[in-house]
Amino acid sequence: MTEENVIIAKELTRTFGKFTAVNHISFNVKRGEIFGFLGANGAGKTTAIKMLTGILSSSSGTAVVAGFDINKQRNKLKEKIGYMSQKFSLYEDLTLKENIRFYGGIYGLSKAEIIRKTGEMTERLRLKEIENTLISEIPLGWKQKIAFSAAILHHPKIVFLDEPTSGVDPITRRQFWNLIYEAAADGITVFVTTHYMDEAEYCDRISIMTEGHIKAMGTLRELLTKYDSKNMDEVFKKLAG
Amino acid sequence: MRRILYIVQKEFKQILRNKVMKPILIVMPIVQLAILSYTADFTVKNIRIFIQDRDQSALSQKLINKISNSDNFIFSGVSPVYSDGFDMMQKNNIDVMVSIPEHFSRDFISGNKTSLFIAADAINSTKASISINYLQNIIAIFEEEQAAQKGMAGGNAGINIIKRDWYNPTLDYKFFMVPGIMVLLITMISLFLSGMNIVREKELGTIEQLNVTPIKKYQFIIGKLLPFLIIGIFEFTLGLAVALLWFKVPMLGSIGLLYLFTFVYLILILGIGMFISTITDTQQQALFLSYFLSVIFILMSGLFTPIESMPVWAQKLTLLNPIMYYVDVIRLVMLKGSSFGSISLNFTIITLSAVVVNALAILNYRKTA
Amino acid sequence: MKTFFAFVTKEFKHIFRDKRTLIILFGMPVVLVILFGFAITMEINNASIAVLDLSHDSYSQKLQNKISASGYFNIEDALMSYSDIEKAFGTGKIKLAVVIEDDFGKKLINRNNPSIQIVTDASDPNTANILSGYLMAIIQNFNREQGIVPATLPEIHTRMLYNPENKSVFMFVPGVMTIILMLVSAMMTSITIAREKELGTMEILLVSPLRPVVITLGKVIPYLFLSLINAITILLLGLFVFEMPMNGSYLLLLSEVFLFVLSSLIIGLLISTVADSQQTAMLSSMMGLMLPSILLSGFIFPVSSMPVILQYISHIIPAKWFIIIIKSIMLKGAGLESIGFETGILVTITLVLGILTVKKFKIRLE
Repeated sequence: MTEENVIIAKELTRTFGKFTAVNHISFNVKRGEIFGFLGANGAGKTTAIKMLTGILSSSSGTAVVAGFDINKQRNKLKEKIGYMSQKFSLYEDLTLKENIRFYGGIYGLSKAEIIRKTGEMTERLRLKEIENTLISEIPLGWKQKIAFSAAILHHPKIVFLDEPTSGVDPITRRQFWNLIYEAAADGITVFVTTHYMDEAEYCDRISIMTEGHIKAMGTLRELLTKYDSKNMDEVFKKLAG
Repeated sequence: MRRILYIVQKEFKQILRNKVMKPILIVMPIVQLAILSYTADFTVKNIRIFIQDRDQSALSQKLINKISNSDNFIFSGVSPVYSDGFDMMQKNNIDVMVSIPEHFSRDFISGNKTSLFIAADAINSTKASISINYLQNIIAIFEEEQAAQKGMAGGNAGINIIKRDWYNPTLDYKFFMVPGIMVLLITMISLFLSGMNIVREKELGTIEQLNVTPIKKYQFIIGKLLPFLIIGIFEFTLGLAVALLWFKVPMLGSIGLLYLFTFVYLILILGIGMFISTITDTQQQALFLSYFLSVIFILMSGLFTPIESMPVWAQKLTLLNPIMYYVDVIRLVMLKGSSFGSISLNFTIITLSAVVVNALAILNYRKTA
Repeated sequence: MKTFFAFVTKEFKHIFRDKRTLIILFGMPVVLVILFGFAITMEINNASIAVLDLSHDSYSQKLQNKISASGYFNIEDALMSYSDIEKAFGTGKIKLAVVIEDDFGKKLINRNNPSIQIVTDASDPNTANILSGYLMAIIQNFNREQGIVPATLPEIHTRMLYNPENKSVFMFVPGVMTIILMLVSAMMTSITIAREKELGTMEILLVSPLRPVVITLGKVIPYLFLSLINAITILLLGLFVFEMPMNGSYLLLLSEVFLFVLSSLIIGLLISTVADSQQTAMLSSMMGLMLPSILLSGFIFPVSSMPVILQYISHIIPAKWFIIIIKSIMLKGAGLESIGFETGILVTITLVLGILTVKKFKIRLE
């Protein structure tokens, strides 16, 4: 079975004036992987994700995501990817169902499909009672799960998650990661950034970014061995130094 | 195409759910139209007049009576002392003062030259000019009546002036202002709503989520435009109802023509708002810019002050002002019954502008930063 | 104190970094003053009129010359028949048509009451009235000049007080100040605070060691500063570009400006306590504050021409009193005694609103 690379990034760079946010990073992400994109705040993770999702142009370098060039084939690219931004971006003044219906429609799902998927989702997340509640009245942890489900509604090849678990309690975080596992098992590659080093242990492969560079990349075991550490926190401290 | 409908659906839900929006979109325009129409009256009325009577004769009293009986003036006092009147003017209690000199009656009856002195608070120079004009007319009529009584030929025995007022025989200023104010309201509501809409999503962060989707730029803009267009037409209908039913403004021309023009005009205004939304980063900026433009457009539209009174350079500038065209059309169609032929130039210009501006908005909207 | 200064400084930085808003903030007064000073006028000169001369004799010609020479009218069209009038009015360019009847000269000499019709396009009744008023005066003068009748008409001498050159310019400087100050003080203030609420940063502030009063003051002070600068800019423009007279005391003027700015700021704060989002704040300020202020303050439309009930309402609009005060000080050289009443009202309104705002603020924070 051939392994596709869902992301092939080569020397991807982004500058803002004199400041280089992302500095010539190169890496691959395999299909079906859960790829953890770690780094401290301000390391350049969000900038990198924005380039990979086609909402920020690159200053130099290239990347091919889901088979499409991020600079030249953006529209086709966007049909195949999902995204969950740091702010979750669900409309606060619409209900759960309405948000799903909206994003489903935007991604071109038929009415029947939308109804079916909404039903599946509310079943799985056990949110049936609140499907007609405004997002503004739903607690943070649930919002997060809903946003994730909305992001993969159209069964993209890869879903990008930018700090999806910020500000959420550990139990909800664990539940969220269960959702990620399910998505991966379903064939969706997951590209997730986080500054929680312990979440690294949930990923298949990890990369660590500091100051725009990728300082380390590999599986959890590989990194722990290479940097002679007991957990990712230690690895990170050694890298950030 | 269906994508556009999804956006329209979402926008409508958001607008209708907004508790503040509903009163603003329904009650406000009606209230504004009602109040504004009563305030927007440049007709000079209720001029407070003081008369300094140094003659104190039967004749001067007749003149005083004639002036105080006039609808235009509010009689605010009489005395032989100048400073009584002047003090009142200084304190903003009167607008105009007439001084009747000593021996006025004597000179008038004997056919000698007579004089009257008018002092006006000219801070509002237009009001002053018009007050003086009213007085001149009253004095002329007075003179003629007195002369006729004395068997002398009056000042106006020569020419007979007949006045005919067309299109608005009752000289109801509201007929002139109400259509203009409708334009004002629709423009402001549409401009502000569309101006702040996209920026709002930018500010709240929901726009990123949209930029990541495969939605095309034109689908996005049109999707946002349609709800506001529908709301705009709704506002127009409300305004028209108030104008026709409450103010009884004549509707001599075709209502269909009016709606057609409004349709195109709204597309232009909403396009301008969208464009503003693409060049600003915060709602505050969008608000400011929209406000700035509105004020300038409104002042230079011929709505409140005549365009013919502006210097040539300003008149040329009004050609860039959408409100100017709309005010022109609405007055022509409603008050004079003008047909499509008369307004075809306006129509063409607005249609072309609408297309250009919206195209600019679409081009300027960046899904990628 | 030090934290307060730090806070105020941060607010200033916010504002000054926003170049787009700044350009408008400082550019707008200038643009408005120029527009009002040069372009917007109620005066009617060179009105386009048409003449239907059915006599074509020397007297009708003399009358037309007199009309042209007055400066009020431009005879654009010589009509051929009565039915031409409607066409002339159709495009909206011609405002008035003068119809001089047959044998005008002969009838005039024989004291046979020749008639002149003044046909107005009364869709704009105000202009129609004004134009026909001027025209009537011209015709009456013509009458007298022909010597047909003895001159028993009193000669009228007029004096324009406070504005000898009868410039319509002076009306607007206080008015423009009102528009701008309302924008800066009221609208901006209300939006700024609503913004923090909307984006959620207000809670962060409230949790900080800064007391709510301090936060409010800190937000308001930069706008106070900006308002004053704007007001002074407008005044300077009026004084130097338009040579508006300044017959009163600068100190009194600035104090009154400060008072007005204060009242606007408080209104802005009041709105912000009620609004839950920027959009709400903006629309409320605009519909509930700006429009009434501009309309009912007497700046554009004379209050005396409004229905009585609106005249009563105009009494609670701070802008109305402010405009009277400014005009009195600048153009009439009034001192505090003359404008004591108006100042008192402004102070009262400010105090009442201030107390109301503080109450609402306290409720909000609990």
